[in-house]
Amino acid sequence: MTRPAAILALLLALLSAPAQAALDASEMLADPALEARARALAKGLRCVVCQNQSIDDSGADLARDLRRSLRARLLAGDSDEEAIGYLTERYGDYVLLEPPLKPATWALWFAPVGFAAVALALALRYFRRRE
Amino acid sequence: MRRLLFLAPLAVFAALAAWLYVGLGGDPARIPSPLVGRPAPAFAVDGLATADLEGPALVNIFASWCVPCRAEHPLLTHLAEEQGVAIYGIAYKDRPEAANAFLAELGNPYRKVGYDEDGGAGVEWGVTGVPETFVLDAGGMVAFKHTGPLTPDAVRRDLLPALGR
Repeated sequence: MTRPAAILALLLALLSAPAQAALDASEMLADPALEARARALAKGLRCVVCQNQSIDDSGADLARDLRRSLRARLLAGDSDEEAIGYLTERYGDYVLLEPPLKPATWALWFAPVGFAAVALALALRYFRRRE
Repeated sequence: MRRLLFLAPLAVFAALAAWLYVGLGGDPARIPSPLVGRPAPAFAVDGLATADLEGPALVNIFASWCVPCRAEHPLLTHLAEEQGVAIYGIAYKDRPEAANAFLAELGNPYRKVGYDEDGGAGVEWGVTGVPETFVLDAGGMVAFKHTGPLTPDAVRRDLLPALGR
């Protein structure tokens, strides 16, 4: 290879997306539609031993086990909700990367809106008084 | 009093900051188990299945490759032999020969051992690592989960009361 070609090849290699991180081909389902659903669901599930990585991204053993369980549920005919429910029953809401909306998480979801509303009210009152 | 009202936002902020600061000190590895308060999960591996479990008992997830499991092993032996606690073992992601060699070397405190070679039963139990120990009450419900190696303190404070002793 000539030098410019080698440099170009190197640059292209650097630009190319990193290999699909964790998933290896042997894990994939034969049915592409089912596999696509599994990939989409896996992106929203936490690898519980690595805090803030999805099981789709993580190379941890446990993430692979969870991916396998998830695919097994989908193969068994579970809907998306049922497959996610299977994992939350065993690992808790912690396995969801996005916390679900329910009474225990209302503060989490609505506090920012509440604070903004209070701040807006106070600001309005302040400016009215100055007029 | 009204003159001090402007301090209210500061007070709210301080309270919130204090609360969140305390939260930072928590151990992120301690994930509350959703199994607590529910029946033991359905699983079946070579040597052990849900129907074999008779509460009150401990279900201990271990592996021969797990160093902390060695550390907690004398405690399990003590519980089984001195206190007559029924303990079921699940060898997690371990070859049966390796698990058996581990038990031959250190002694076998388990009433029954299941060999979960591929970690499938581990997923049913919501296992995130080894060792983990679950307490089953007399009705076969999961009463408590301990993550990590057992300590004499944890046994006295959490496990024995959960076993109803």
